[in-house]
Amino acid sequence: MPVTEYKPKIVAFCCNWCSYAGADGAGSARLSYPAEVKVIRVPCSCRVNPMFILRAFQRGADGVIIAGCHPGDCHYTSGNYFTRRRMTLLFSMLDYLGIERERTRVEWISAAEGAKFSKTMNEFCATVAALGENKRLEDLRCKK
Amino acid sequence: MQRIGVFICHCGTNIAGTVDVKAVAEALGHEAGVVFSTEYQYMCSESGQQLMRKAIREHKLTGVVVCSCSPRMHEATFRKAASLEGINPYMVEIANIREHVSWIHKDMKEATEKAIILGRAAIAKVHLNQPLQAGESPVTKRALVIGGGIAGIQTALDIAEAGFEVDIVEKSPTIGGKMAQLDKTFPTLDCAACILTPKMVDAGQNEKIKIFAYSEVEAVKGYVGNFNVSIRRKARYVDETKCTGCGLCTEKCPQKKVPNEFNMGMNNRHAIYIPFAQAVPKVATIDADYCMMLKTGKCGICSKVCGAGAIDYKQQDEVIERQYGAIVAATGFNPIDAKAYNEYGYATCPDVVTSLELERLMNAAGPTNGTLLRPSDNEHPHTVVFVQCVGSRCTETDERGKPYCSKICCMYTAKHAMLIREKYPDTDVYVFYIDVRTPGKNFDEFYRRAVEQYGVHYIKGMVGKVTQNGKQLRVQASDLLAGEQLHIDADLVVLATAIEPDKTARSIATMLTASMDTNDFFTEAHPKLRPVESPTAGIFLSGVCQGPKDIPETVSQASACAAKVIGVLAKDKLTCNPCVAQSDEMLCNGCSSCEKVCPYGAISYSDKEFRGPNRTTLIRRVASVNPAVCQGCGACTVACPSGAMDLKGFSNKQIMAEVDAICQ
Repeated sequence: MPVTEYKPKIVAFCCNWCSYAGADGAGSARLSYPAEVKVIRVPCSCRVNPMFILRAFQRGADGVIIAGCHPGDCHYTSGNYFTRRRMTLLFSMLDYLGIERERTRVEWISAAEGAKFSKTMNEFCATVAALGENKRLEDLRCKK
Repeated sequence: MQRIGVFICHCGTNIAGTVDVKAVAEALGHEAGVVFSTEYQYMCSESGQQLMRKAIREHKLTGVVVCSCSPRMHEATFRKAASLEGINPYMVEIANIREHVSWIHKDMKEATEKAIILGRAAIAKVHLNQPLQAGESPVTKRALVIGGGIAGIQTALDIAEAGFEVDIVEKSPTIGGKMAQLDKTFPTLDCAACILTPKMVDAGQNEKIKIFAYSEVEAVKGYVGNFNVSIRRKARYVDETKCTGCGLCTEKCPQKKVPNEFNMGMNNRHAIYIPFAQAVPKVATIDADYCMMLKTGKCGICSKVCGAGAIDYKQQDEVIERQYGAIVAATGFNPIDAKAYNEYGYATCPDVVTSLELERLMNAAGPTNGTLLRPSDNEHPHTVVFVQCVGSRCTETDERGKPYCSKICCMYTAKHAMLIREKYPDTDVYVFYIDVRTPGKNFDEFYRRAVEQYGVHYIKGMVGKVTQNGKQLRVQASDLLAGEQLHIDADLVVLATAIEPDKTARSIATMLTASMDTNDFFTEAHPKLRPVESPTAGIFLSGVCQGPKDIPETVSQASACAAKVIGVLAKDKLTCNPCVAQSDEMLCNGCSSCEKVCPYGAISYSDKEFRGPNRTTLIRRVASVNPAVCQGCGACTVACPSGAMDLKGFSNKQIMAEVDAICQ
């Protein structure tokens, strides 16, 4: 079997107002991060249903990151506070299920922080790559 | 089944340089439901849009995916083009293959693969898109301007000129802001008060403009067209409607030892005061921190001398509520505190002053009545040293300063130097600079005049240390061009301190849900194309709160801002965002979880009749969303335990389809 370099699959949920714009900022400034990161745009980080994260792991994602506005700066006033509380609960549950804590992450990245976006994604990718493939929740029936 | 068309943009070489656009078009063309797939050089151009419209017509497309730049850039463009061909604009999705792919990845194979995956995710989403109809909401035809400096005044005057009501909320007792404190303005050297105060009077007399001075915005609710704002009118202890501004009370007040903030604390005022002679509104204010009557109950002289009977020691703060269609942030700036810069001796040497202090020292209405005298001994200084970039253009490691250029310092220092040399030709003036930046109409000519005609000594290099040396100040500096160390004995040192956004700006931004950058300047919706709008609909930016600016720029931005506000107020109805939450009444169990998390109070409950088994009728409590109030954050969709609540345009199914496509 040929040895291929392992590349993790990473889903990044970014809120439209801060982090998605931050990702655009990273692009405009040509601050690279691994192509394994794929961004899904959501109106607010609080739109991210824990179901989406479970679904991602089920479908073979190796890491999931949720990025939103800094606490206090939410475009919808309080959305990211909900995210913070919900994700704390979800992540500890995932940890209990055997999905390593490092595979999930919440970050606050503002529209002006392209550099932080790129840095965060680089770090997160390296962390997830070090953990290796995630098979704990993967539903093999979903594989084509 | 949708009939989807896929359009891949080259964006010149921006995308095509790193992404194999032909391969992407080929790959996405084989996706289920895709009936047409092509690439084009510039999709956003007129011909690109025509190409898309033609394909919609010819292939009877029901959905469109454009792989191009960020949706924040051209989503609206493509939606509009699609709607011209009769497709609902919300059937268009953008896959961001420029900012998220071609600009960050260098390897063509990798970038092409990622572009295909993002395209697939967008296709998967479009399959589940529903046509959405935007609702309408009425517009309150009144604007609020927060901040009464030159930016706020100009914006208010222009909005009023168009026939709309405007309120100015200013936290200090008078409008005028920083410009009122300036002596002369560059590059024309006309007096600041002479050009500002007529505008202040205009604002004060305009019947469309209402000034709430000595007031602060306390809470903002609502959304574009329908803001509800609570304004705290701080107690002046003087009835604004009765006070004539005669100023008798301010002369008779026995408490004379209050630092005068208008003169940068360089002289004193009374506890009851009018900040300056041309204040608008010209009404006295009692400073509660110093007033003997308010502190000890003994005095009451102002009340005795006031012929109008305007003094009211029992006055309380009052909170009023007003409705607005649009809000302008014009919160302005302050110079940074120079005390952090120990090396320049600002905290210890009285003859080290900031530039704004120098403005007051040179102003006819200032503490020295316009004669330039040193603060320490009231002597005329013979050697003046200006230090540029104090706190501006600092490296990241310097926590005292700011990374940005404050933009105005080079020009006002040239102005100061010129004014001093003109009035006092016997004075030697040195300016230590890193770079002299003079972009602007007639700016470089102005600076060269300072050097060539007025003989101001410009020295490239930074000042290392300023120390007290007897009656004089010893300035140690380096001359980078001559490559030598300099020691100058100066009588006065002037620090060109960086400017920073006003301290209240952060809390106001939070109330307005407007975003800020890391330096606390308000972020504009687009740095080039939408410079006076905030990303939050209905919030506009005027003046330095958005970034450092001089007066001409501030005034032009203020007028531009007014034009945008008028654009909102002139409409009778605004189109709402149709991507709002929606509750499935058949699934809702009336638990109230969604209502609790809604930041807008958009969710209400009502008892509804449902058909039960055996022809019975059941009454159940179910949630419904007011689409005019909902802003579409989606907090409720996650809180809902029964899955009844979903967000249009970002539904659970749509996002999961994207997840599936990405993880495939």
